[in-house]
Amino acid sequence: MKYEPVIGLEIHVQLGTRTKMFCGCELTFGEPPNTRTCPVCLGLPGALPVVNARAIHFGLMTGMAMGSELAPRSVFHRKNYFYPDLPKGYQISQYDEPLCLGGRLGDVRIHRVHLEEDAAKLVHVGASGRIHSSSSSVVDFNRGGTPLAEIVTEPDLRSGEQAREWLTLLRTTLRQLGVSDVNMEEGSLRCDANISVRPEGTTELGTKTELKNMNSFRFLERGIRAEVARQIELLESGGEVVQETLHYDPRSERITSMRSKEEAHDYRYFPEPDLVPVRIEQAMLDEARGAMPELPADRAARLEREHGLSEASAKQLAFRAELGDFFEAALGSDGDVPAQPLAHWVTGELVARIGDSDPGDSRVEPVALAALVGMVERKEVNQGGARQALDCLVADGGEPRAIVEAQGLGAIGGEDELSGVIDAALAANADAAAKIQGGNEKPMGAILGYVMRETKGRADGGEVTRLVREKLGV
Amino acid sequence: MTATDAVAFTAAQAVDALARGDLSAGELFAAYRERAAGEELNAFTWVAEEAPAVQDGPLKGVPVAVKDLFCTRGVPSQSGSRILEGYRPPYTATVVENLERAGTTLLGKTNQDEFAMGSSNENSAFGPVLNPWDRGRVPGGSSGGSAAAVAAGLTPWAIATDTGGSIRQPAALCGIVGMKPTYGAVSRYGMIAFASSLDQAGPLTRDVTDAALLLGHMVSRDPRDSTSIGLPEAIRLPDARRLDGIRLGVPEELSGEAEGIEPGVMEAFEATLRVAQELGASLETMRLPHAEHGLSAYYVLAPAEASSNLARYDGVRYGLRSDGSDLVSLYTQTRHDGFGPEVKRRIMLGTYALSSGYYDAYYGRAQKVRTKIAQDFHEAFERFDFVVTPTAPTVAFGLGTKVHDPLAMYLNDYCTVPMSLAGTPAISIPNGLSEGLPTGFQIAGPAFSENAILDAAHALEGAIGFDGSRAFSRGGMPSTPPERGAPGPLGL
Repeated sequence: MKYEPVIGLEIHVQLGTRTKMFCGCELTFGEPPNTRTCPVCLGLPGALPVVNARAIHFGLMTGMAMGSELAPRSVFHRKNYFYPDLPKGYQISQYDEPLCLGGRLGDVRIHRVHLEEDAAKLVHVGASGRIHSSSSSVVDFNRGGTPLAEIVTEPDLRSGEQAREWLTLLRTTLRQLGVSDVNMEEGSLRCDANISVRPEGTTELGTKTELKNMNSFRFLERGIRAEVARQIELLESGGEVVQETLHYDPRSERITSMRSKEEAHDYRYFPEPDLVPVRIEQAMLDEARGAMPELPADRAARLEREHGLSEASAKQLAFRAELGDFFEAALGSDGDVPAQPLAHWVTGELVARIGDSDPGDSRVEPVALAALVGMVERKEVNQGGARQALDCLVADGGEPRAIVEAQGLGAIGGEDELSGVIDAALAANADAAAKIQGGNEKPMGAILGYVMRETKGRADGGEVTRLVREKLGV
Repeated sequence: MTATDAVAFTAAQAVDALARGDLSAGELFAAYRERAAGEELNAFTWVAEEAPAVQDGPLKGVPVAVKDLFCTRGVPSQSGSRILEGYRPPYTATVVENLERAGTTLLGKTNQDEFAMGSSNENSAFGPVLNPWDRGRVPGGSSGGSAAAVAAGLTPWAIATDTGGSIRQPAALCGIVGMKPTYGAVSRYGMIAFASSLDQAGPLTRDVTDAALLLGHMVSRDPRDSTSIGLPEAIRLPDARRLDGIRLGVPEELSGEAEGIEPGVMEAFEATLRVAQELGASLETMRLPHAEHGLSAYYVLAPAEASSNLARYDGVRYGLRSDGSDLVSLYTQTRHDGFGPEVKRRIMLGTYALSSGYYDAYYGRAQKVRTKIAQDFHEAFERFDFVVTPTAPTVAFGLGTKVHDPLAMYLNDYCTVPMSLAGTPAISIPNGLSEGLPTGFQIAGPAFSENAILDAAHALEGAIGFDGSRAFSRGGMPSTPPERGAPGPLGL
C-alpha cells in the first residue's frame, strides 16, 4: 500500500521588539546570563505584566500578511505548569481568542497565530543535555519573556521537502515584515511538526505524533522524512502509531519518545487577571497596514505580471527577497536586458556561485550582471565565456565587457570569422561531414568540438551549426 | 510633649503638629518605634531600627505600618508565609513608593494571614495576632496585624489589602476605620498576590479623616499595573456633618439574624441606622438577589486565581527550598514544608475548579454569579446612594474557636465579599460595642464614589462618637497586664 504523509507545523517566532513581552527588559543578544532581567520576567512576588504594544503591532502585521481574521481584542490566558524555565509557574499565552485566526501563506492554510512569552533557557549539566539524567541544571532568564508568535498551520504539507520549502517562504515573509530576524540556528525560529500518514486516496487522518527539536531547515526536512518512514514501517509491519511527543536528534538522526511525565499536562487555562483585554482600535490596524511591505507571494505575482517571468523564476526571486532585490536592481540599471534570461542568471549561475549569501553583499554589481546577460543575448559572448566572466565578477568585481575583452572571452560570431574554421573542421572530419550530408546529424558534435577547440570556446554553438548545415546544403 | 501625647494624635493631627513644630518627626518616630518594638499582640513581623531618610511631602515625618505582603526593598516581605521566610525583595511596591514620596516613614511590616487567606489572622506562619480589645480573641483577618496595630496605637495608621473583606472585617473587629477602594484605584504592583482580580489595597486608620488622607496618597494610575486606573477625582478630606437627601438601601440578604448575624451586631447596626435617619438620610429595605451566592462564587474564583498565583513558590529562585532528590520532589517538598494548611486547602480547591472538565461547572459558573452580583449593585445604585450592612456578622471571636471549621470561618466575609466581587468601594466604620467588643458599619457605594462614601462615613462617625482610644493601653505596652473579657474604661 502507498502512504501519504500529512504534516502540519507549529512555529515559534521570536518577535524583534526592543523589549520583552511583558516588561521593559531589552531583548538579549548573547549578554552574560541573567543580566537582562527584572522582577517581572523573574516572576518575583508582586510583579505584574504589562503587554508590549509593539508585539501586538507585529502580531497584527503577521496576521495581515496571511489574510487572517484579526481578533477584535487582545486577550491573554494563563497556561499553568511547573518547570524551572517558567518562573511564574504559568506562561502568559493566548488560548481561545488568538490574535489571528485562519488565513493562508502560499499553498498552506494557517490555523491561527497567537502571542505568548518565551521561557527562560535551561542548561543541563550532564551527558545527555536533558533534565532527567543531568546532575544539575542552571537557568538563564535573559531569554525568559521574549515575545513569541506561535504560528500553527493546517495539515496541508505532504513531505519534508515541501515543509522545508514552505518554512523558507514563511521566513522570508516574516523578514520582509520586519517582525523577526527569523534565525533558526539562533533559535528565533523554532519549528515542531505534527506528522501522520494515511493510505493514499483516503481522507481520514491517521494518528499523529509531534516531532520536536528540528533546529535547522535541513533537520526539519530530515526529521520529517525519518518520522514518516518510521510510521510507514510501523504500519506495514502490523503495528500502530501511538500519539506521543518525539524528540529528533539531528546528530544520530534518531527519533526517541519524550517522557510522558514531561507532557501529561492539564494546563488549567483561565483568563489572565493581571491583564485587562485590550480592544484592537482602528488606529492600531491602520498603523499595521501602513507598515506592510510587499510580501513574497505578491511580489512573485507582480514579477510574473510586469516582467513576464515564469512562475518558477518569479517564486525563486520573490521567496528569497535578496535575490528579488538584486534582480530588480539589475533590471532597473539596464533598460534593454530581457527579464527572463536575467532571472535565470540570478537564480541559476549567480546562486551556484554565492550559495545562501546575499548577492547584495557580493562583489557583483547588479548593473554588471545585467550587462553580461545583455552581451549573451546579443551573442557577444557565449554561455561558456559568460560563465567564466561571472567567475571573475564574483571573485574580483569589475565590468564584464572589460573582463571579456581582457581575457579574450568574446564570442566569435558571424560568417566572416567562423567560415574558415568551419571549413577546416569539415576537411578534418570528412566522414562526419558525409554523414551529416546524408541526414544523420549525430556527428555534428565532432564538428562543433573541433570549432570550439580552435576558437577556445568562444564560438556560438548555434551559429556554427547553422553555418555547417548551410555549407553542406542540408 | 510626651511620647504618650504624640501617639494620641491621629495622623492628620500629627501632620499639623509637625507643621507647627510642636512635634518633631524624630520624636514621633521614636514614640511609635518604642511601642511597636515592645508590643505583645504579635502585630508586627518586622520593626524598623531607625527612621529612613524622609522625603519632603505633605505627610512628611508620619510613620506608617505596612502589611507584610507589600514588597519593600531590602525589608522582609513574607506575606505571612514560611515559604517566603526571610525574603527581602529587590524592589518596592508602587503604593509604598507613593507613600514614601508623600513623606511617610516605614515603621514596620505587619502580621497577616498567610498570603492574605483567612479571617482571623490565625493562618500566619509567624503566629496569631491578638485583638487589643481582648487578647483572647482574634483581630480578624487577613490584615489582623495592621488592624490591631492601629487599634492599639502602635502606629498612626497602616496600609493593608482587601480581597473579600481583609481590610473591612478586621477594622470592624478592632474598632477602627478600614476602606477598600474601587478595584483599580490603587496599584497592585509589588503587592504579593492572593487573587488578582479581587486584591485591592486600602487604609486602616483611627478615623475617617485619616482614611481619606492616607487613601489620597495611595491612589495612582500605575503604568506597571495594567488593571490600575486611579480615581477620576482626587480624594478630598471629608467634612460632611449631615446626610440630608442621602438614600440608604439595606439589603435583606446581608442583614438580619436569619443571615447569621449576631443579635448584638444587629442591634448596633440598627442603632446606627437610626442615627443616619436623624442626620437626614432616608432608609429602605431592598434586595441584592444574588448576594447570597457571593461567598460560593468567591470561594471558587479566589482560590482558582490563588492556585496559579502561588505556583511561583517552587523553591527554584527565592524563599524556602527543601531538599529534593529530583525536580518533582524539590517542588513537592518545598511546597509541603512552606505552605500552611489553609493555603494548601485553597490551592487544592482552585486547582480543582480550573481543571479540565470542571472549568465550566465551577470557574465559569462563578464568573457568571460575579457578573450577576455586579449587576445587582449597579441596579441598586440607580435607586440608592449607598448600600449599608453590618461589616462582619459577629464580634471578635475567641482564638482557636473557628480555625478548624473552614466554613464557619468563611462566613465572616459574608457581608464584605459581594462588594469585592462587584469591584465597588466600601468602608467599615466603628459602630459601637456589642458585649464590650467593637462592631462595624459598612457603607458601600458605586465605583469611584470614594469621596461620597468618606463624607457619609464622616457624618456618621461624628454622630456615633465612638472612642477607640480605650484599646491603646491594651496594645501591649509591657506595663499593661494582659486581660481577658471586656475592656476597661482606660484612656491614655
